Amino acid sequence: MTSEHYNLRLYVAGQTPKSLAAIANLKRICETHLAGRYAIEVIDVAANPQLAAMDQILAVPTLVRRLPEPLKRIIGDLSKIDRVLLGLDIVTEEATA
Amino acid sequence: MNAEMMPPVLPRLAKAATGVPGLDEILLGGVPAGRPTLVCGSAGCGKTLLGMTFLVNGATRYDEPGVFVSFEETGKDLVENVASLGFDVQQMMAEKKLAIDHIKIDRSEIEESGDYDLEGLFVRLGYAVDQIGAKRVVLDTIETLFSTLSNQGILRAELRRLFGWLKYRGLTAVITAERGDGSLTRNSLEEYVSDCVILLDHRVLDQVTTRRLRVVKYRGSAHGTNEYPFLLDDQGITVLPLSSVGLRHRVYDEAIPTGVPALDAMLGVGGIYRGSSVLVSGVAGSGKTILGASFAAAACARGERSLFLSFEESADQLVRNVGSAGIDLQTPMKTGLLHFNATRATVYGLETHLAVLQRELDRFQPTVAVVDPVSAFRGAPAEVHAFLLRLLDMLKTRGITTVFTSLMISNDRMDQSDFGMSSLMDTWIALIDIESSGERNRGLYILKSRGMNHSNQISEYVLTDHGIELMPPYLGPGGVLTGSARLALEAQEQADGRRRREEVERRRREIARKRMLTERQIAELQTEIEALEAESSALSTQEADSENIRVSDRAAMAVSRRSKWRAANGGDPPPEVTVRAR
Repeated sequence: MTSEHYNLRLYVAGQTPKSLAAIANLKRICETHLAGRYAIEVIDVAANPQLAAMDQILAVPTLVRRLPEPLKRIIGDLSKIDRVLLGLDIVTEEATA
Repeated sequence: MNAEMMPPVLPRLAKAATGVPGLDEILLGGVPAGRPTLVCGSAGCGKTLLGMTFLVNGATRYDEPGVFVSFEETGKDLVENVASLGFDVQQMMAEKKLAIDHIKIDRSEIEESGDYDLEGLFVRLGYAVDQIGAKRVVLDTIETLFSTLSNQGILRAELRRLFGWLKYRGLTAVITAERGDGSLTRNSLEEYVSDCVILLDHRVLDQVTTRRLRVVKYRGSAHGTNEYPFLLDDQGITVLPLSSVGLRHRVYDEAIPTGVPALDAMLGVGGIYRGSSVLVSGVAGSGKTILGASFAAAACARGERSLFLSFEESADQLVRNVGSAGIDLQTPMKTGLLHFNATRATVYGLETHLAVLQRELDRFQPTVAVVDPVSAFRGAPAEVHAFLLRLLDMLKTRGITTVFTSLMISNDRMDQSDFGMSSLMDTWIALIDIESSGERNRGLYILKSRGMNHSNQISEYVLTDHGIELMPPYLGPGGVLTGSARLALEAQEQADGRRRREEVERRRREIARKRMLTERQIAELQTEIEALEAESSALSTQEADSENIRVSDRAAMAVSRRSKWRAANGGDPPPEVTVRAR
């Protein structure tokens, strides 16, 4: 479980405070819990609108866990870390302990 | 000063036609252009279809491409669902006249963490609109978001922003919403979209569904305020702004034949007036349908378009049945002059029936119609009466000459089973049962016919294999004689006639004989007179002769006597007195 690689995509719309906050929050969470086994792709739907429809993006920011399966979505600026961890099925050391 | 005197010239509210038959009439042109319109209603009342029709019509008729944002059905489902209505959405999508964006939101795979907005929706919508240059947008049903996203505060703020954005982009939008308890929409969307609100409704009464549409509000425009029935069937949505009862129909002086020449003769003007309504009432099996069919067949034969609304028999059955009475409906059906609309009266509610009829009339444009029978409509008498009145008005305002048949329970016309319909009719033809001498025959009489000096006779109504025939009535001591009683009387009258003629002939011969006798007598008498005259003249001659003779005799005698006298007396005899013939 811990060896799984996380392929994450973060959809944002422009350089809004929410976007920036989401990017920063995601990076922090990944570094803390998924160090060395994650990849983040940030997609600006404002610049690539066709991707919004293709990837069923409604709210922004939206974090999509593409791998491991199943697909998971977390919307919001990812400021509530416990919800993000729950959404990404990341088993924290505290939880296992 | 001038401004007070004259109303300011305001730009009229621009409208976008929906292209839904009837709806644009109610909306006096269409939904407000460049603004959102809310369409609310309960599940299955046709919101999605209305939205799709709005877009398809925009794309195909008004050169306004549209984007359908579906929150429920997938694009594939939508395309398939409307394909049955003849909408080739796939083709329109290929031509960039229409775009469908299905927004799939699965509550189970979404976690919320912190602040977000719905910019993704804006981006997608904006992108789709820009791709095809859309002027119209449908959001169906955006309320789904309320059950997916837990942060109602964000959602409401974003919806407000969305509607503002739609207006800003000048998009004519239709937003569908579920009907809520005690409110127009479950999530009070009417608070955000309030330029135009259309309510769709389907009500079930006595197990019959009637769909209705009402324009709840229309900011800046007048609109029809009633509830209007609408149809949702293989021809899409048809709203029917049924006109109110009016007496403004055109009046025609032309009389058109009924298909039964003898009946035309009875009506006095050679038929019924164009645009008038005729009620044919009668008991079961009195031949109402056949009379109606005969009327339709005659109209078709004149090249008129006839609509036959059958509520009891299927088209095929009716055609076959009246065919056996020599009325050919098959041919006009084939040529398209006759159109059948056979439905059970109980299939829909009364409103829907009117709606269907209105659409049929609009499409087929008949000049003649047969409604067979009006008595098939059941319900509260007041409702049925109102229905029939509107039905009648609908036909009359279009100048359609209509024959309504109506089943009566008994021959007694006071037994009103026609919901007061007879008083609305211009002509009322009653078909009655005449039962006597162990048989049942049909009679026909004209109860009333406005503006006509019609016959008051009861004629015998005979169905032959070559159509309807009206026999002249025979009045016997017990009333009108029909059937074999009539035939018997006819035969008797023929016999009587023959006897009378023979009698007359006999008497004529008698008179001739007497005359001959008399003439002969006269001749005899004449002969007698002549004989007498001859006798008389003979007598005169005789007399004269005898006188002469006597004179001559006397002379001779005298000569002889003188000689004797002279011989005895010697001398001349005394002169004799001359006896003259008197």
